[in-house]
Amino acid sequence: MTLNLQNLLDFQNIIDALQWGSFYALIALGYSMVYSILMLFNFAHGDIFMVGAYIGFGIASLLVGLTVAGSLALPGWVILILTLLGAMCLTSIVGMAVERIGYRPLRDAPRASAAITGLMIGIILEQGNLILLGAKRRSFPEIIESQTFSIGGVDITNIKIMIVGVSLAFMLALHLFIKKNKWGMAMRAMAFDYLVVPLMGVSINAIARMTFAIGSALAAVAGIFFGMAYPVLEPTMGIVYGWKAFVAAILGGRGSIMGACFAGFLIGFIEIFVPLVFPSTLRDLIAYSIILLILVYRPHGFFGEPYSAKLRL
Amino acid sequence: MRKALYVVLACVVLSLILSPCAWGRAKAIKIGINAPLTGDIPKVGEGTRYAAEMWKADIDAAGGLKVGKKKYPVELYIEDNESKAESAVRANTKLITDDEVLVIVGPQSSKQAVPAGEVANNWKTPMISPWSTNPDTTKDRPYVFRGCFLDPFQGPVLANFITEEFGFKKAAVLYDVASDYPKGLAEFFKEAWEKLHGRGSVVAFESFTTKDVDFSSQLNKIRNSGAQVLFTPQYYNEVALIVQQANSKGIKMPIVGSDSWGSAETVELCGEDCYGLFFSTHYAAAGAKGATKAFIDRYEKKYGYIPDDVGALTWDALRLVQSAIESCGKLTGRIEKDRKCVRNALAKIKKFDGITGNMTFTEEGDPIKCAVIVRISEKGEYEFFKSVCP
Repeated sequence: MTLNLQNLLDFQNIIDALQWGSFYALIALGYSMVYSILMLFNFAHGDIFMVGAYIGFGIASLLVGLTVAGSLALPGWVILILTLLGAMCLTSIVGMAVERIGYRPLRDAPRASAAITGLMIGIILEQGNLILLGAKRRSFPEIIESQTFSIGGVDITNIKIMIVGVSLAFMLALHLFIKKNKWGMAMRAMAFDYLVVPLMGVSINAIARMTFAIGSALAAVAGIFFGMAYPVLEPTMGIVYGWKAFVAAILGGRGSIMGACFAGFLIGFIEIFVPLVFPSTLRDLIAYSIILLILVYRPHGFFGEPYSAKLRL
Repeated sequence: MRKALYVVLACVVLSLILSPCAWGRAKAIKIGINAPLTGDIPKVGEGTRYAAEMWKADIDAAGGLKVGKKKYPVELYIEDNESKAESAVRANTKLITDDEVLVIVGPQSSKQAVPAGEVANNWKTPMISPWSTNPDTTKDRPYVFRGCFLDPFQGPVLANFITEEFGFKKAAVLYDVASDYPKGLAEFFKEAWEKLHGRGSVVAFESFTTKDVDFSSQLNKIRNSGAQVLFTPQYYNEVALIVQQANSKGIKMPIVGSDSWGSAETVELCGEDCYGLFFSTHYAAAGAKGATKAFIDRYEKKYGYIPDDVGALTWDALRLVQSAIESCGKLTGRIEKDRKCVRNALAKIKKFDGITGNMTFTEEGDPIKCAVIVRISEKGEYEFFKSVCP
């Protein structure tokens, strides 16, 4: 076992951890929001992330292909914005369909049935993709040319800065939406009590649909950024990241938006920094032991409350 | 009513007796293929299947496989092992017990071939893995063979090549600890490198687990370790990610790979980042001659791309199997006996002239053959750089 503290002081790792944490935070938000409204974890969310990445891949390949062929003359950032918007819209539709087909009929069923529904939908999405596109790995097209800046021995790419910045902007936007917007307030009210609030004229179906749509759109953003940072896509890519983001959602405090973001970045930092001190073979073992230890001392996560007596959003 | 039934029955019996092929045709020889058609390395499975289908087309064109004086048709039973060890074991068990195949070709990667070889050996069914380079696949298993060189050979070949070509003294290794092949080869490389340059000359020995996509902390450690070269014996999907991430971190050291890089898809996924890099493999498609060239041309014409090493090795493995079955002399139809006969015939092959080079076989059932160092050219082709023989 080699202990090299010099590695810990390398600023490069902080940049990498911020990027890595952004994915977890964006995915964890979807788990957290659905939990606060419907009191269930949408286990298909990791696979919705995968669907978002593939939809983004489809749109980006089309636009990049047309630009290369010369029939469209779009700069890279326009393609990126179009890809993001298109994938967010389409993935929200997928999310809403999952809610309508998978969860609404089971809303009053035992929680366990609703939980395994998510697992089954996840498997259907993976296998559906496998049949539709085959097992071949897909290479995410280069939307924006990667440029490396070297600042004081730290190499930062423009893509990394963009991913971290835009992810934080989306999280802030979600925060403002929930706090200020009328629909956001309805979501908070629903999170407060989903039995009484519908009596006040707020439709639980509309709110549930909206929650799934927002969560899926954020998963699509994560998927596209993931594709840009790690340009090899495969149909089962959502499983592991879904699990780890689920850990982040629990660690942040079930149903807490702030908590999900914070815990997402924390897991990113732990996963990057643990192998710097310990052998990389032991990365997940040590990383998740640390998280287990945190949960032992804070069983409700960072921002969670023991009972749903307070606003969870 | 009953009368009509008798008439139908009589017709059926009569037609069976009268049609000569119904009783005169020889029972088909069943060959099992255990390949990763889905999972982490589907391109490897595709290459295996295409090569096997090409071989079967040859046999069909010749009217069957000739054993003794009889010609037998050949049937392929292709099972998907999803690139998982447990699925490969299940696939082998199914091929042996349900489909009752005579011989199994595959699995390709050591992660599946090592456990699947155990099953084949226990059931006394001959198995030949075209691509598995880990020694454990065939070790103490009389029924298991292979068509490629071994990692205890490949590791030193690469260590020597880097030392001679670049004159480096400090190396870093990055490998998947959860897979038999990268883990084994990483260790053989480390051993060979330290033998050349002394203890501690492998300055970073970093690992990750299957399905990881982010290697930032490992690469940052390697960057700070003072290594001059990075060796990474990974499969094509990981190669693309590792090389691209290293470049985005400003890591300028050359990255060297092993035979798992040789897939037709490495360059497609990795792009320009991989140009100019070296790896060791079983054959180089560019500049091939003779039977090798004929195979490459046929394959490319049929499937639209140049076959990778897996395709060529599978072809050689099937040819080995073919010559073993042919030299068996006679098939009794009793599967245990025939399997034993094929096993003995395979073990008797001492020299074989394959499209991936000449092989001589050891007692363990392992071939001794040359390795090729390939450079990825500026056009993304695999260029022959040099050949290293034992």
